[in-house]
Amino acid sequence: MPVNTSAIGKTYEPATYAVGREKIREYARAVGETNPVHLEVEAARAAGYADVVAPPLFAVVYSAASVGPPIFDPEVGINLAMMVHGGQEFEWGPPVVAGDEITTTASVKDISESDGRGYYVFESTSTNQRGEQVCRGTWTNIVRGV
Amino acid sequence: MADLTVGAEIPEVRVTPDKYLTVRYAGASGDFNPIHIDEEFARAVGLPGRILHGLWTMAQVARAQTEAAGGPEHLKRLAVQFRGMGLPEQEVVVSGTVREVTGRRVVIDTVAEQAGKQIIRNAEAELEL
Repeated sequence: MPVNTSAIGKTYEPATYAVGREKIREYARAVGETNPVHLEVEAARAAGYADVVAPPLFAVVYSAASVGPPIFDPEVGINLAMMVHGGQEFEWGPPVVAGDEITTTASVKDISESDGRGYYVFESTSTNQRGEQVCRGTWTNIVRGV
Repeated sequence: MADLTVGAEIPEVRVTPDKYLTVRYAGASGDFNPIHIDEEFARAVGLPGRILHGLWTMAQVARAQTEAAGGPEHLKRLAVQFRGMGLPEQEVVVSGTVREVTGRRVVIDTVAEQAGKQIIRNAEAELEL
């Protein structure tokens, strides 16, 4: 059965995430960061940042509310039980620090099929409160047995 | 900063996720998929047990780059492919080799392995020094 590609290009409602200092520290500890710019306000300020700095992959935290809807969208039609995260790419702009407000918009970049697998590629674009693009994410999910 | 000339190997990141790491990472990231935190559920869907979050492993790959470069602001791009599955309580090793240097831009080929199997492969990082 061919995959339904009608959702390609669909864009979802943006969602805004307020970046908290303790959330950054919790995330930094969970991924084993030891660089004090992620953990100590004084160290971050001494390095020229306004507050503690989010590790690069903190992008998954501020993007989460935006990249969920396309995965669950019936028009996209992913069989969640058969889905695996196949690949991930992030491109970063200026660092994200505690106190920032990050707005992320997700869209369906591509849907295709190869050897009985469906490839669902979503893109997320995140900007801070100054309108600077802080991250662009490309999320590739593979669904077996389409 | 590590040696980041063409052909140089970046310092390895070696980390053994403890038994409850997936629970802490679930809370920190918001990804509560039960395959990562519920042993019974994971076995019921045919997995050997709870598996690591791929994005936690990707964060270890990112950390190897930012530690080599001397700070998080240097990492401009990271693209990875996830393969197989990572397991708690087994060492994860991230390694990488500088492929290309153009001015301040450094491209690194990098992988994450566990028990000799690549769980992140074909990964490419771009640093700006």
